[in-house]
Amino acid sequence: MIKVSLWEFVTDRWPRLAAEAYQHASVVIQCTLIATLVGVLAGVAVYRSPIGSTIATALASTILTIPSFALLGLLIPLVGLGVAPTVTALVLYALLPIVRNTIVGLGGVDSAVTDAARGIGMNRMRVLTLVELRLAWPAILAGMRVATQMLMGIAAIAAYAKGPGLGTEIFSGLNRAGAANAVNQALAGTLGIVLMALLIDGLYLLVARLTTSRGIRA
Amino acid sequence: MPEQTSVGIELADVTKRYPGSREPAVDGFTMTINPGETTIFVGPSGCGKTTTMRMINRLIEPTSGRIVIGGDDALSLDADDLRRRIGYAIQQAGLFPHLTVAQNVGVVPGLLKWPKKRIEARVEEMLSLVGLEPEEFLRRYPRQLSGGQQQRVGVARALAADPPVLLMDEPFGAVDPITRGNLQDELLRLQAELHKTIVFVTHDFDEAVKLGDRIAVLGDRSRILQYDTPEAILANPADDTVAGFVGAGASLKQLTLLRVRDIVLGSAITASVEEAPSSVRQRMATEGRKFALVLDNRRRPLRWVHDRQLGGASLAGIGRPVGDVVSTQSTLQDALEAILTEGGDAVVTGPRGEYAGTVQLDTVVAKIRELREEHQS
Repeated sequence: MIKVSLWEFVTDRWPRLAAEAYQHASVVIQCTLIATLVGVLAGVAVYRSPIGSTIATALASTILTIPSFALLGLLIPLVGLGVAPTVTALVLYALLPIVRNTIVGLGGVDSAVTDAARGIGMNRMRVLTLVELRLAWPAILAGMRVATQMLMGIAAIAAYAKGPGLGTEIFSGLNRAGAANAVNQALAGTLGIVLMALLIDGLYLLVARLTTSRGIRA
Repeated sequence: MPEQTSVGIELADVTKRYPGSREPAVDGFTMTINPGETTIFVGPSGCGKTTTMRMINRLIEPTSGRIVIGGDDALSLDADDLRRRIGYAIQQAGLFPHLTVAQNVGVVPGLLKWPKKRIEARVEEMLSLVGLEPEEFLRRYPRQLSGGQQQRVGVARALAADPPVLLMDEPFGAVDPITRGNLQDELLRLQAELHKTIVFVTHDFDEAVKLGDRIAVLGDRSRILQYDTPEAILANPADDTVAGFVGAGASLKQLTLLRVRDIVLGSAITASVEEAPSSVRQRMATEGRKFALVLDNRRRPLRWVHDRQLGGASLAGIGRPVGDVVSTQSTLQDALEAILTEGGDAVVTGPRGEYAGTVQLDTVVAKIRELREEHQS
C-alpha cells in the first residue's frame, strides 16, 4: 500500500468507513435506548425507597468501575463474540447515568403536585405516566445524553470482541503500527467517533427542545 | 350537565392510627357536615385537621369508622372514582407545571372522558368563573402566573367536573395578605352562586370567621372542641382553649359578621338644600338636636350642619361634608369605623345612594350585648 494523506485515505475507503460509522452510531443509540428502558424501569421501581435508590445507584456505579476491556473479555466466554458481548457491555455501562438521573428526576417532583394529582382522582399509574415521568423527563434525557457520549468511546473497544463499528479501524491501525497508512487508519476511526459524538450531542439538544414542555424548560 | 343537588357528609367514629405510634392521629371523629354549607376545620398545626379532611377523599385511609357522602359509603367506592367526584384544592395550588392552564383545568373532565368540545367549553367557563380572562390565560403555563392566579386556576381545576363536594386544604395560606383577602371574597361570591359542600382547613381563625357557615375548632387528635356557627363561637367560646384560639378582640370580630341591615337604624333631622335655615332650626329645637343632615334633591346626604351655622339665608355651602357613608350591606365593623372617623353617627345610604338612616354607637353596643346573652342562654 502506498502512503497517502489522511484525506486521501478517507476518500479512498469512504464506503467502508461510512458503513462502520453507521454501525457504530447505530449500536450506541440502540444500546442507549435499551438501557433507558431498563434504567427508567429500575428507577421507577426504587425511587420511593431511599435504601432501594442507594442500592440501585451503587450497583450501577460498580458496573462502571469495571474496565471496559476486562468486561468485554469476560463476556466472550459467556455470550460469544460479535454483537452480543458488545450490546451487553454497552447497556450495562449506560445504566448508571440513566438510573441515577431517573431517581433524581422523579425525586425532584414537587410533592404538592403529586398530592394534587392523587387528590383529583389520578391512579398511581396515571400519576407516574402523566405527571412524574413528564416532569422527570429533562433529567432522564440528560442521563441518556451522558450515557451516549460515554458509549461512543467504549464502543470502540468492542472491536476487541469482534463487535461492529469504527473501533475495527482503530484496532487494525494500531496492530499494524509502523506499516503504511497505519496511523491514518487509527486516526480516521478516532476522528470519526469524535465527529459523530458531537453530531449526536447536537441531536440531543434538538430532541430535548422538541420533547420538553415549555412550562418546565430551563 | 346533570342536576347537582348539594350533598351532606357524615363522619362516624372515624379513627386514623399510624403503625408504630401509640396515640391515634385522629381519634373517633364524628361530625355531620351540612349540604351546601362551608364548614371550616380550624385548629393549631399538627392537630390532625388535615388528616381528617384527607380521609374524606381517602388520600388517607381511615383505620376505622364510617364516612358517608351524599348517602354513599365512601369507603366502599373505588378511591379514584370517589376523588373525581370531590374537588380538591391545596396550598401552593399544586398545578401541573408541564401543562398549560387550559390543560390543568381540563384534567378531571378528561379523566371522566368528557368529549373534547365539552371540555374546552367547560375550561373557558371555569376560568371566567374564577375571574381569569380565558383568552389571556388559556395557553399560559403555571410558572407564568402570580401566586394568586395559580390559586384561582387551582380552584377552577377543583370545580371543573362540577363536584358536589369541595375539599380545600389551606388554599390561601401561601399568598400575600391582600391577595388572600381578594381570594376569600371570590370564594364567598362563588359559594353564593354554587352552593357546594365545602370543607375548608385553616389555622387562621379570622379566615374561618370570614368564610365559614360553621366552624369546627379542633384540638389534639382532631378532638372537636366546639362545632357551631361563627357568631355562636365568638359570642360564647366553649372553653378556655377555644377562647384562646378565638384570640383577643372577639367582639370586634363579631362586628364583621353583622350587617347594618341587622340593626334598627336611627334617624337624623334631614333638610333639603332649598329649605330655609330658620325652619330647619325650629325643627331641631323641637327635637332637641344639635345637628341636621342636608340632602341633595335626590335625597343623597351632603353635609352635617350645626344649629349655630344656621344664621344665614340659605343652606347651600354651609356645614361639614359627609365623609364615610355605609350601606345596608356594610358590616357593623365598617359602621363603627365610620362612626369613629366621622366623630358622630354614621350615615347609611340605600342602593341608589339615598339617605336611609343612621347608625349610632349605642345601637352597636346594644347589639353585641344582645348576641352575647342570646348565645349564653
